[in-house]
Amino acid sequence: MSTRLANGGRLLNKGRALDFTFNGKRFKGVEGDTLASALLANDQMMVGRSFKYHRPRGIVASGGEEPNALVGLGEDAKFEPNQRVTTTELFDGLTCTSQNHWPSLEFDIGAVNSKLARFLPAGFYYKTFMFPRPFWKHIYEPFIRQSAGLGKAPRDRDQDSYEHFYAFFDVVVIGGGVAGLQAAKAAGQAGAKVLLMEQTPHWGGRAPVDGGTIDGQPVDNFVDQIVSDLETMENVTLRTRMMGSGVYDHGYVLGYERVSDHQPGAKSPRHRLWRIRAGQIVTATGAIERPISFAGNDVPGVMLASAVRDYAVNYGVSVGDRTVVVTNNDDAYRTAITLKKLGLDVPVIVDARAGGGGALAGEAAALGIRVENGKGIARVKGGKRVEGVEICTQAGEGAALELIKCDAVAMSGGWSPVVHLWSHCGGKLLWDDENAMFRPDGDKAPTGADGKRFVIPAGSADGYLDLATVLENADVAGKAAAEATGYVPGKAEAPVATPETAAPIEAVWMMPQGASIKLRMKAWLDYQNDVKVSDVQLAAREGYESVEHAKRYTTLGMATDQGKLSNINGLAILSDSLSQPIPQTGTTTFRPPYTPISLASIAGEARNETFQPLRKTPMHAWHEENGAYWEPVGAWRRPYCYQKPGETIEEALHREITQTRDSLGMLDASTLGKIIVKGPDAGKFMDMLYTNMMSTLKPGRCRYGLMCNENGFLMDDGVVARLDEDTFLCHTTTGGAENIHGHMEEWLQTEWWDWKVYTANVTEQYAQIGVVGLKSRKVLEKLTDDDIGGDALSFMGWKEITLTGGIPARVFRISFAGELSFELAVPASRGRELWDKLIEAGAEFNVTPYGTEAMHIMRAEKGFIMIGDETDGTVIPQDLGMQWAISKKKEDYLGKRAQERSHMTDPTRWKLVGLETLDGSTLPDGAYATADGTNANGQRNVQGRVTSTYHSPTLGRGIAMGLVLNGPDRMGDVLDFPKVDGTVIKAKIVEPIFYDKDGEKQNV
Amino acid sequence: MSEAVSALKGASFDGIVTVEEMGLQGMITLRGDLASPEMKKAVKDATGLNVPEQGHIAGEGGNWVAWMSPDELLLIVAYESVSDTEASLRDALSKVHHLAVNVSDTRAMFRLSGNGALVREAIAKLCPVDMRTEAFAPGQFRRSRMAQVPAAIWMPDESSVQVVCFRSVAEYAFNLLKGAAAPGSEVSLFS
Repeated sequence: MSTRLANGGRLLNKGRALDFTFNGKRFKGVEGDTLASALLANDQMMVGRSFKYHRPRGIVASGGEEPNALVGLGEDAKFEPNQRVTTTELFDGLTCTSQNHWPSLEFDIGAVNSKLARFLPAGFYYKTFMFPRPFWKHIYEPFIRQSAGLGKAPRDRDQDSYEHFYAFFDVVVIGGGVAGLQAAKAAGQAGAKVLLMEQTPHWGGRAPVDGGTIDGQPVDNFVDQIVSDLETMENVTLRTRMMGSGVYDHGYVLGYERVSDHQPGAKSPRHRLWRIRAGQIVTATGAIERPISFAGNDVPGVMLASAVRDYAVNYGVSVGDRTVVVTNNDDAYRTAITLKKLGLDVPVIVDARAGGGGALAGEAAALGIRVENGKGIARVKGGKRVEGVEICTQAGEGAALELIKCDAVAMSGGWSPVVHLWSHCGGKLLWDDENAMFRPDGDKAPTGADGKRFVIPAGSADGYLDLATVLENADVAGKAAAEATGYVPGKAEAPVATPETAAPIEAVWMMPQGASIKLRMKAWLDYQNDVKVSDVQLAAREGYESVEHAKRYTTLGMATDQGKLSNINGLAILSDSLSQPIPQTGTTTFRPPYTPISLASIAGEARNETFQPLRKTPMHAWHEENGAYWEPVGAWRRPYCYQKPGETIEEALHREITQTRDSLGMLDASTLGKIIVKGPDAGKFMDMLYTNMMSTLKPGRCRYGLMCNENGFLMDDGVVARLDEDTFLCHTTTGGAENIHGHMEEWLQTEWWDWKVYTANVTEQYAQIGVVGLKSRKVLEKLTDDDIGGDALSFMGWKEITLTGGIPARVFRISFAGELSFELAVPASRGRELWDKLIEAGAEFNVTPYGTEAMHIMRAEKGFIMIGDETDGTVIPQDLGMQWAISKKKEDYLGKRAQERSHMTDPTRWKLVGLETLDGSTLPDGAYATADGTNANGQRNVQGRVTSTYHSPTLGRGIAMGLVLNGPDRMGDVLDFPKVDGTVIKAKIVEPIFYDKDGEKQNV
Repeated sequence: MSEAVSALKGASFDGIVTVEEMGLQGMITLRGDLASPEMKKAVKDATGLNVPEQGHIAGEGGNWVAWMSPDELLLIVAYESVSDTEASLRDALSKVHHLAVNVSDTRAMFRLSGNGALVREAIAKLCPVDMRTEAFAPGQFRRSRMAQVPAAIWMPDESSVQVVCFRSVAEYAFNLLKGAAAPGSEVSLFS
């Protein structure tokens, strides 16, 4: 059983006990524990069920590579699934639950899958659920989805806060082990601005556990010394609990800082995502130990040898009283020696190498530990925990020579450098046959815009596995990084560690070498996704030769741990099956993040009220207080209509339109784009922008204009006012303001750079209010002494006036509703004031603010087009019968040539008409008019479509506009518009003006 | 009441730094040939300030000239004196091609003040700008983005930052700045 030792635990403060619960069971840990060490201290060997077969699983590792021990952490608004216990610092009151089990961890129904494993090989789903085809969607997929997935999604809103932080450094060193520390020091001493980040709360990495001597002193002293040296350097920033999540182009690094995971309830943000620009990046990310593929290597109690050592030294936890060590390299002997020295039993070291180990093996033997060379583990005995191992000859097929009782197995298949961050941005790898690992290829580093490398690996991450070479290499990396960012490295020598003589590793991808299919079917490669040696071999047999294909077919390395433990073993098995060398098989692609990061940290501040910017007009608050039913228009919110208590939307629209037409309405038109175009060449420029002639417009007058892009398609429309000889004010659609301003600047800056024209977007300078209806002049006359009579301000004129209270205003006599109407533009800072005054002054006329929908209906009654309704990016003005707005006198305008292309002049282009339903009902939006026959796809032929459709309160019937084949020549024809429910609405082609065809109302 | 009002009417928040909406500011967009003697003189006459170098701002208190682009300046003056400044510019530049337009009401302006290091940190949470003292100092002017909206920033002195954004998003900007100044959110990088 696993338990807390009386002594040891270098990271613990045993004076402070912490309470926590696992699946409701109360446990005690101490300050400094990870959740993993605390669970093990309480003999909680089994921590979850595997994904596919629901096999009992225990903790395998001690760091971020952990595949098995994922829990649902916290409750309610603090709940988060798939949290690795090895990287979760214990805190008082922590609660967690294991995952992927039902009804309980100890007794799980899904475990029956394990008995059916023979029938659930790689590609099982693909093979089984293909036929009959319709079954996939309705039967197979819903069932599989229900059983898939590890953790549960949180149900409550996350109550914590998260933020981003933009930072800039010369050199960013990722990893705070001895290599990272030395690299940071070397770069810092040269003067570079350095950030050193470490994902755990502690400096030094593995070195304090593994031991060694640096410059004549124990390695922990060295770590303490170098950390305190770095702390005194002003140009060096040290951050713990911060993981290098990803490396991207141009020296961009994401740092994931877990600010307060370990102290819930703190006011600080939970996570902070650092978005860093680095001149050079040093990846001192260490190495990860590999498991060995033997039968039963997933039984709880089988762990990485380094993890067993970590739990003993760092947390004073013994994983078992009797631990069998199995290895193919010298490093695992450290575990045996450590355990023995702590007074624990190591019945045997099983070394797959016939020749055995080096110096450490001698030390182990001297401690009286039995060593069996050339042997392997045939199988692990036990279900929910290890009970023993069967020893066999590594060279054989797995016949048991001996059963050895034990309660833990420490395995080491060698070490793989953590090359993820090196590889994220294109760094290539070399296969190092001697050390049986992939390591960074120094000649093929990720390169920046200047073609030079911007990532430098250091220490174990660069493939140097012994302390002496690690330090040497890290020092070189740090100095090189400083030099590359323009600093002169100092002369200081790297610290010197006492070298070790080790016997070489021997690659062991399967144990025993000739394991039978029965053993291979229980030899796990990927713990989290339940991929076994036999699955990868099957994939190879079935033709999945590419490692990327084999990965997807078997799901090897596709779990939340992204195959940190399994990938190398898996591709070695694949290579063996394909009889090709490992480098020819290659690796799958390494992608960020290194380990999963919280989605909330990626969102940063973009949540709740700052999820998205909401643009508000100066009158927004009034709308809100007066029943506005909002419509998003770009980032703006505009009132769609104002609902009075008890009123439906239809009733509100009816009221707004009727009262506006009968008496007086008001519209907040502030969101309309307003762009100033000024200069001696402004007229010439305007003539190019608009299809009609603008240069002839007189100051004091307005003209409606159409704007096309260079392909001839309509992109915007609006009223242009000439302010003076040199200056035009262009009104654009609400959504078009920024685009049209950009469009203007693009032409001015790239094509007509020598034209003397300046533009400015003054959209937000003005609050703009439409005062609309029979009584509009009357109400304005109450608010100004200036003459706004029909002669002083005729239709399509504008003038400057002063309103009560000294509000300066530009008044435009324009009409979009077809009534007498004015638009008032006043400084935004006085918009609300004017709105309130109009409401007050208009009371006697029953003034009615109306929203965008009433505006749309009233313009449709008048047959005015709307950009985005009548146009969709494929419509030209000629389609809309707007030849009147296209100047024939002008030599050119944007879109002119395009509109002369054969397809644009094709007489069969659908053209704009009005549509009147025979029964008075309202056509569905976007409905198609059908024609005889069917097309090549067997669909009904069509001859037109609805672009705008409304119920008109003014006319008491449905009205619509649409684009119809030969429409203008077919007045009176009746078209069929099938509805979704199968019925058909008949509508007659009419002129697209339904109301006040002669335009008398706007001219009073 | 017949008073012009700013977007947030001077709202403020005290966190690790103080965030205040600064009320109405007079602002003029001035476009033209920045290197021309007429432009230099016009700016000098209107504001008493020289045309700043690329990426810089000149001025103090409530009187500033900021470099916006190779042919654009932003003049900041008292809200009440915008029309005088505009008139002065028009007179001085009547003979040369230019654009001077009042944009006072298109904008909202905020001040972050308090501990200089924390003020820098608050901005660095929202703007992709190098806020280290050696990279951004009083006198520099930076057009950037603040989370999802355009913004411009400068430091009137070592312990404050001023932010200009569009008026319609003033509330969003204020909420962003409040979040960046939330108690307990010190990054402690610049201090």
